[in-house]
Amino acid sequence: MGGKILLANIDIPGIRGFDVYRANGGYNSVTKALREMSQSQVNAEVTRSGLRGRGGAGFPTGLKWSFLDRKSDKPRYLVCNADESEPGTFKDRYLMHHLPHLLIEGLIISSYALGVNTCYIYIRGEFKYLVGVLEKAIKEAHQHGFLGDRILGTDFSLNIWVHPGAGAYICGEETALLESLEGKRGNPRIKPPFPAFKGLYGCPTVVNNVETLAAIGPIINMGGEAYSKVGRGKSTGTKLISACGSINNPGVYEIEMGLPVEDFIYNPEYCGGIARDRYLKAVIPGGSSVPILPAELILNTAKGERRLLTYESLADGDFETGTMLGSGGFIVFDEDACIVRNTWNLTRFYHHESCGQCSPCREGTGWMEKVLYRLEHGEGKKSDIDLLVRIAKNIEGHTICPLGEAAAWPVASAIRHFREEFEEHVLHPAEVIEKERRL
Amino acid sequence: MIKVTIDNILIEVDEGTTILNAARKIGGKVVPPAMCYYSKLKGSGGKCRTCLVKVSHSSTKDPRPMPKLVASCSTPVQDGMVVENLTSPEVIDARKGIVEFLLLNHPLDCPVCDQAGECDLQDLSFGFGMEETATEEQRREFPMTDIGDKIKLHMNRCILCYRCVYVADQLTDQRLHGILYRGDVSEIGTFIQNAITNDFSGNVIDVCPVGALTDKTFRFKSRVWFLKPMNVHRECSKCSGKVTAWMFGNEIYRITGRKDQYGELEEYICNECRFEKKALTDWVIEGPRHIKRQSVISANHYERMKMQSIIKPIEGLMESQE
Ligand SMILES: Cc1cc2nc3c(=O)[nH]c(=O)nc-3n(C[C@H](O)[C@H](O)[C@H](O)COP(=O)(O)O)c2cc1C
Ligand code: SF4
Ligand code: SF4
Ligand code: FES
Repeated sequence: MGGKILLANIDIPGIRGFDVYRANGGYNSVTKALREMSQSQVNAEVTRSGLRGRGGAGFPTGLKWSFLDRKSDKPRYLVCNADESEPGTFKDRYLMHHLPHLLIEGLIISSYALGVNTCYIYIRGEFKYLVGVLEKAIKEAHQHGFLGDRILGTDFSLNIWVHPGAGAYICGEETALLESLEGKRGNPRIKPPFPAFKGLYGCPTVVNNVETLAAIGPIINMGGEAYSKVGRGKSTGTKLISACGSINNPGVYEIEMGLPVEDFIYNPEYCGGIARDRYLKAVIPGGSSVPILPAELILNTAKGERRLLTYESLADGDFETGTMLGSGGFIVFDEDACIVRNTWNLTRFYHHESCGQCSPCREGTGWMEKVLYRLEHGEGKKSDIDLLVRIAKNIEGHTICPLGEAAAWPVASAIRHFREEFEEHVLHPAEVIEKERRL
Repeated sequence: MIKVTIDNILIEVDEGTTILNAARKIGGKVVPPAMCYYSKLKGSGGKCRTCLVKVSHSSTKDPRPMPKLVASCSTPVQDGMVVENLTSPEVIDARKGIVEFLLLNHPLDCPVCDQAGECDLQDLSFGFGMEETATEEQRREFPMTDIGDKIKLHMNRCILCYRCVYVADQLTDQRLHGILYRGDVSEIGTFIQNAITNDFSGNVIDVCPVGALTDKTFRFKSRVWFLKPMNVHRECSKCSGKVTAWMFGNEIYRITGRKDQYGELEEYICNECRFEKKALTDWVIEGPRHIKRQSVISANHYERMKMQSIIKPIEGLMESQE
């Protein structure tokens, strides 16, 4: 499994502790950046690397950093988004658990580049066990002079605080996260203003995902140019994919961008094929919010090209026949899976997690859940299917934050690609229920 | 000054003006409906999404259309912007969808609601609602509660516009109520049954666009369209004392603040004026107040209006009440 950048050292015993981590080249990037590079040089390397946000949207990190309001006389903040709550996504947690120092290293360099002296890690409340892991790593970094006042004898000072959330998916949305961090109700903010100008406590703020920030150290070590040569086209570098569902080897894999989806599913190095020798039915490749694709469209695009694990290839065909890389939560369904049941399950999640601020999402998510519940339980009508399409359309693009779309897309795409299955639930409810009961 | 075109009408406004306020400068039909925005409440807006409009031309500098419909109440205009409100079928469709969402869990109890006749949600439904209800699901239900001894909260009717939260933030040092829980089970509450007792608490009634917060001293006394609104004033040590008295004959049925054509208060009034002063001798009468709205108060005669979908009862519900 060559070509690993983030997880290269993960198998070394004791790598979670500072000493082993340092002995294996850890924190060299900090020394390099702080001693040999100016802030703008670090920024330039990150831009050159082509690194894109790993939190879901894939926004170029260098560009995001360049938006930060550096003229303001207010303090600036860097916030690490470790709220990872998207169903199917469990890569940040793996990374923080095994390589906490890789994240701290990335935070130090990023803060240096952004001129930040206070940095927060907003971590999902359910990851309580990781708070201790991170705090221990922070303490060790302090003891060895990589955090605190005048790091490595330079003028640069930095403190990192870990802040656990209270268990709301919506607090992963960056502005809801900032509200929550300020101690308020986790409602997404209305944008503009964007966090780059008015973020935490009204100060310029950058919010980045754990995996994005963890890639900064390696980028400084290897150089932005070299990083950009890994991967394919505008999808540079490597990506952590958390694979789950009906596969032989569920887990977190670091892949070079551009790996064909088919290889990822069937190669024993990765998912190792479909569990119990079933056929592949469908995949949600980027966390529960992205459109589901049936087997033929996830393996090959509508144009007949091989589908690759890159931002561009997965999006090929737009919403008609494509999907998105999203956060890299790769959920696999085999022939026995019931798409209606699965879609109902997802709407249950979004209904439960909607913050309730804006009417389309607050009301629409609940409505979709109720209709899908009826369909799944044999009480559906044929008109319900078109009703669902209409509700999803009325939510999409009309909300404050992207949770609305995240709730609408799974429903719209499931009906687009598996309409017969929904119809089957209406026409032969008894048979469908019986079949599911037997599984 | 910045030039912006809304529904083919060109207007010049100050920099930083929102699309909605630019449209209000033009006035009339081009003004998008606003259920949550309230010009006098800082932070309000952006939530109900009824004011969505299409920006077909972002600015002179960047002529591209905006990728999504935008909330006109919280999007600032740019020079050369072209906005479509009623001229865009996409906007009308979206708004119909929003009205449907707002009514989805709404009890449609207008026949017994004190707000009927001056309710923004009714007006909106007249304008953009559908004839039939598409939902057959159970509506969510909350028990009725009292917020202090003068204010009734019908959570079932609330559209979660947050105005009552912002008004408390703005008028008091310590807000006692807020939005509890999340999603479609969010509710207005004080968490621990707490009476809201400050001199200006009654204003939540006036800012509430629907009948979720109503005046207990006026409860079930009359329909608003039977009452005559009069501008009256008195000497008051707490507020300006300028209010609207809603009269029937020589009797004052209720007192509210004076509202402008968008249903917004000109000034906040105190609880003493609102709840305690119901005698004609308490007030100096200035003259009749004109309610410049399309709502039924101004029409003032129901018979001319066709039966509207909003007050058409749902079948099952009628039977169970008979
Ligand atoms: C409903 C919702 C939930 C989100 N949850 C997360 C999350 O758990 N972790 C994360 O990194 N980004 C999440 N995001 C994306 C963030 O808003 C933001 O785009 C991201 O943290 C930016 O970091 P990046 O540029 O490094 O990807 C979420 C977005 C939405 C709309
Ligand atoms: S889209 Fe949903 S989660 Fe996002 S602000 Fe609106 S109600 Fe809240
Ligand atoms: S009670 Fe009225 S003012 Fe308060 S949020 Fe609900 S609808 Fe808005
Ligand atoms: S008035 Fe603009 S979103 Fe409610």
